[in-house]
Amino acid sequence: MFTSLAPTTVRLRTGLQALAGAAATPLVPADYLDLLDPLRSRTALRARIVEVRPETPGVATIVLQPGPGWQRHVPGQYLRIGVDVDGVRHWRAYSLTSRPGASDRTITITVTAIADGLVSGHLVHDARPGQLVHLEPATGEFTLPPTPPRQVLFVTAGSGLTPVLGMLRSHLDVLDDVVVVHSSPTARDVIAGDELRAMAAAGHIRLIERHTATDGRLDAAQLAGLVPDLTQRETWACGPAGLLDALEEHFAADGLLEQLHVERFRPVIIEAGDGGTVTFLGTGREVETDGATSLLDAGEDAGELMPSGCRMGICFGCVVPLRSGAVRDLRTGEVTVAAAGDDVRVQTCINTAAAACELDL
Amino acid sequence: MTALQNKPHDPIAHLSEADIEQLGRELDAIRTRVMDSRGADDAAYIRKVIEVQRSMELVSRLVLLASLFPPAWLAGTVGLSVAKILENMEIGHNVMHGQWDWMRDPKIHSTEWEWDHASPAELWKHSHNEIHHTFTNVLGRDNDLGYGIMRVDEDQRWHPVFLAQPLFNLVNMLIFEYGIAAYDLEIGKVVKGRKDRGEFRRQGRKVLAKIRRQATRDYVVHPLLSGPSALTTLAANATANVVRNVWTHSVIMCGHFPEGVETFEKTSIEGETRGEWYLRQMLGAANIDGGKLLHIMTGNLSFQVEHHLFPDMPSNRYQEISPEIQDLFERYGLNYVSGTMPEQVASAWTKVLRLSLPNELLEVLSRHDRAGTADDEAGQVTSIAAAA
Ligand SMILES: Cc1cc2nc3c(=O)[nH]c(=O)nc-3n(C[C@H](O)[C@H](O)[C@H](O)COP(=O)(O)OP(=O)(O)OC[C@H]3O[C@@H](n4cnc5c(N)ncnc54)[C@H](O)[C@@H]3O)c2cc1C
Ligand code: FES
Repeated sequence: MFTSLAPTTVRLRTGLQALAGAAATPLVPADYLDLLDPLRSRTALRARIVEVRPETPGVATIVLQPGPGWQRHVPGQYLRIGVDVDGVRHWRAYSLTSRPGASDRTITITVTAIADGLVSGHLVHDARPGQLVHLEPATGEFTLPPTPPRQVLFVTAGSGLTPVLGMLRSHLDVLDDVVVVHSSPTARDVIAGDELRAMAAAGHIRLIERHTATDGRLDAAQLAGLVPDLTQRETWACGPAGLLDALEEHFAADGLLEQLHVERFRPVIIEAGDGGTVTFLGTGREVETDGATSLLDAGEDAGELMPSGCRMGICFGCVVPLRSGAVRDLRTGEVTVAAAGDDVRVQTCINTAAAACELDL
Repeated sequence: MTALQNKPHDPIAHLSEADIEQLGRELDAIRTRVMDSRGADDAAYIRKVIEVQRSMELVSRLVLLASLFPPAWLAGTVGLSVAKILENMEIGHNVMHGQWDWMRDPKIHSTEWEWDHASPAELWKHSHNEIHHTFTNVLGRDNDLGYGIMRVDEDQRWHPVFLAQPLFNLVNMLIFEYGIAAYDLEIGKVVKGRKDRGEFRRQGRKVLAKIRRQATRDYVVHPLLSGPSALTTLAANATANVVRNVWTHSVIMCGHFPEGVETFEKTSIEGETRGEWYLRQMLGAANIDGGKLLHIMTGNLSFQVEHHLFPDMPSNRYQEISPEIQDLFERYGLNYVSGTMPEQVASAWTKVLRLSLPNELLEVLSRHDRAGTADDEAGQVTSIAAAA
């Protein structure tokens, strides 16, 4: 009996889904359910901001209530969050700072507002509880292995503390020899400073605070002095590119590169200039462009089959996803940037390359 | 109208090349200013319209489950008609123009949007955005000038079939969404052998599939869900579709057919500058006067002139720039065509009736007219067309 029931239920369910689909076309049923509860959507992962909790000046922890589609993360991972700022959706990555599996199903990220930072500034200063944001599932390799090494070193600077904070909050019970070297401008700028110091006082970690205002910048050479058994420790580091590069060099020189794991908050810096190599991801074709030819002309001249219409910016028949790079509007000079992982749709007829670009075509 | 280039009095003769380029720069400046100021309020506006439209459709369809009960039928049909009009006009048309692409919301994006209409988005975007908006009112290039089934300009050659064009227009009005789908398929071109048949078959299959889905929803699924109210729900859905068709057809007619709108010779756009393109858009469209409700229900195509100048500007901004645009018309000595909906619909229909007759006959008639008492032209032509 039982075994024959299950397929019937499945058939009933698919039948109902098909019916709902036929009743909702050209939309999908989820579009109507979104009216009632946008978090429950099966087609898009979303969250509501529950709280914006100030940490240090210019830093805030954003407490998020994700929809039921959210899958538990591994400490140290980050998520990509889509935030509407001035009506435009921008996607950025933020490390998760909460323990996975909180009873209220909330998660947190901790954001440092950088100068002129569009999304970080919005999240820290303007975001309000109740606001809807968009998420991608947690991802990232900057995590501890299933069986953590006996001796661990965390090296962090500034906002680079966040993924490590996530790991410390979740893994303290399985880690027994942990050294944390953290660099920040002053003692009051340490994110979750009290919590870290309490962990140290309780003997869970050895915390070495460095303050650039008084001690200068932390560099790789100093590190060896601060942590004499450096070479025995599996190390996770996150901070400014300069520090991470120096650490990589240092570990490589000792042949210990596998012992070092780094997380970069700014993997590639896209500087808008004139022209660049345009890669068409579908065919793999690469085209060198100047800063005056439209992407459409450049692609077509190279033999790429490109959608197009008016060729003057009005019909939107030429729109394709820019996966990474920067383009400049030939009419207004406005620059549009896409970081890796982005899907920014651009009109090829009135945009020219302003950096190396990848077009999903 | 007659193509501007063939008119005895050229309405743009007073503009020098430099004037036209200056006009273009002024329009570019307006465009840049508004586009730079797009923000959270605009995003909230379109999201609100979408939310209202979907709620209205959902509630209307729920009410129609009891459509056997006449008040429910009436309320549901009115609600569904309005919802369908909003969906096609203020939302679908404008989203597919890319007016909201800047928000980077994949759910409100020209490349993702599909609408409640017989013509699939992809096909419609091609014939509307790429052909009509680029070649606006250029004889032989812009097929919207009569949709290939009517003669709406003296410079379009007369043929006896056009005697029946008032009837074509009436039928097209009732079934407008199918008319548009057939038009987007460019059936006329296929008949003349000017369109690839394989391409036509591929598009035809898509149109049929879309029509099947649409019809299944309105004429099978929702009636069946209504149980005993099946037939009345079917009638309600059919009524809502016809109401939407009549309304959209009327609004579209008001856009380019009223008296005073200019058309252009095919060769006149060779080497057209940006300023000249703008000028053609200014002269090639007509507005509808009215209040907020009318603007929303027409998808702000009541600002057809502004829309043609800036097809990708969010529709909620047209009203804001309209005074500036009218000021430009005045300063450059151009004719801003606008009128109330009844006036413009009447004007467009008059043209359809009048041009069903050949120019020679119209000339004879108008001479006769001038000689006799100054009878209302529309009335005259109507009775003659009816007699014909
Ligand atoms: C894997 C990963 C994890 C991250 N985790 C966190 C985190 O936990 N907390 C956090 O605060 N940030 C984190 N970031 C950085 C974050 O994604 C954004 O880059 C940062 O918030 C800036 O975005 P913005 O929109 O405010 O700045 P934008 O408006 O994009 O940029 C403003 C200016 O700042 C520069 N800029 C951009 N990004 C950075 C950066 N990361 N550092 C310095 N200058 C920059 C730009 O070149 C530009 O000049 C992480 C990044 C990655 C890749
Ligand atoms: S081809 Fe028409 S907008 Fe680019």
